[in-house]
Amino acid sequence: MIAIVDYGSGNVGAIMNLLRQRRIPHILTGKPAELAAADRFILPGVGAFDPTMETLMRAGIVDTLNEEVLGKGKKALGICVGMHLLAEGSDEGQMPGLGWIPGHVRRIDEERLGAAPKLPHMGWNSITIRPGAALLDDIDADRGFYFLHSYFFDARDPDHVSARVSYGVDFPCAVERENVFGMQFHPEKSHANGMRLFANFAAVR
Amino acid sequence: MLRSRIIPALLMRDGGLVKTVRFGDGKYVGDPINAVKIFNEKEVDELSLYDIDATVQGRGPDFDHLRSIAVESRMPLCYGGGVRTAQDAVKLIKIGFEKVSVSAAAIERPALIKELADAVGRQSVVVTLDVKKTGLLGRHGVFTHNGRRATKIKLVDFLAENHANAGEIVINDIDRDGEMKGYDLDLARTVRAAVDTPLTLLGGAGSTEHMRALIDTIGVCGAAAGSMFVFNGVYRAVLISYARP
Repeated sequence: MIAIVDYGSGNVGAIMNLLRQRRIPHILTGKPAELAAADRFILPGVGAFDPTMETLMRAGIVDTLNEEVLGKGKKALGICVGMHLLAEGSDEGQMPGLGWIPGHVRRIDEERLGAAPKLPHMGWNSITIRPGAALLDDIDADRGFYFLHSYFFDARDPDHVSARVSYGVDFPCAVERENVFGMQFHPEKSHANGMRLFANFAAVR
Repeated sequence: MLRSRIIPALLMRDGGLVKTVRFGDGKYVGDPINAVKIFNEKEVDELSLYDIDATVQGRGPDFDHLRSIAVESRMPLCYGGGVRTAQDAVKLIKIGFEKVSVSAAAIERPALIKELADAVGRQSVVVTLDVKKTGLLGRHGVFTHNGRRATKIKLVDFLAENHANAGEIVINDIDRDGEMKGYDLDLARTVRAAVDTPLTLLGGAGSTEHMRALIDTIGVCGAAAGSMFVFNGVYRAVLISYARP
């Protein structure tokens, strides 16, 4: 059972609809008992870092998630700003992140992007997948995913980067540390590749 | 490499979809949920929905209806029409839209653009300007209320002053709406030179060649179209389709 963590943020409707179509068991919940009963978690997120982290803290479930993910090793997938929450902090705000993967969220350096358009990085972009990346198995890397962001996850340990994307500059777009995964792009809005990614997450051991 | 986005732009009226010519003569072209399902299957890059009656009727977005559309979508969505506050934007993001477009309210009070960016992140804020040629020199004026109300703002100046808090600029060319004879490439060039924000042109596309010409002129961008994706043939029979250049 996948629990989509409900902390009043982000676009959960599209994620749920997709899981329903793939017949992947899931629940949308912010209740500690129901979260503890799940075996994997999706942290959605559309928006800015601080308001997203604040809604997560206000929901009073950070301790539960820490216990389930860090303590018991359950799988977790952060999407977009949900991915940023996995870091220790972000240039976009002052709040601390969950710190599940060492690193900091930084603004893409606009000076290095050359010609317009600059920020945000928006649209469909191809990615480069590190062989063996657990959630990116059987993904069409050329077709890629839909991106919509100005900040990226700067992982401290290059071994935690499972895919990269190039937009004038090159930066990580997927991170992975044992049972914790983060995707900068929007798999719920990326057609076949996105559906494949959710199926991979539901199956990953 | 980042690809240009090919975007069907759908106009909502009374819960259904219509297609206009030069912002008049709305012809019924179908149901939005049905259209979303078709565009899902065609793996569309991005979809824009504009409620063209909201501002004119002085009301906000129809959130319940929009939610029922958004849950069906497997592609990124942008909504515009009657958005006046940061709360509107937060609600739209929550129900499944990636991007929120403002026009009349942002022209009236440009500070709104930053308020939206603070609430939902700059990347999700779209500023859409409806433009048409005016006066003897044929300079582009900016209009609201479905092209019926002229504003005092100067297109390039307004963009230069306000693009920093927007994630995307959409230029909707009233003169070419529904004409299917190609984009105004001079207009596209002018706007591209004025701002380095992601840019989308809407109005005039009748073929993938028109989209190719736009992309060749201004580089990676959004090429949006209405008629091209909802009509078929010279008699404009309704047929939802999708094609990339």
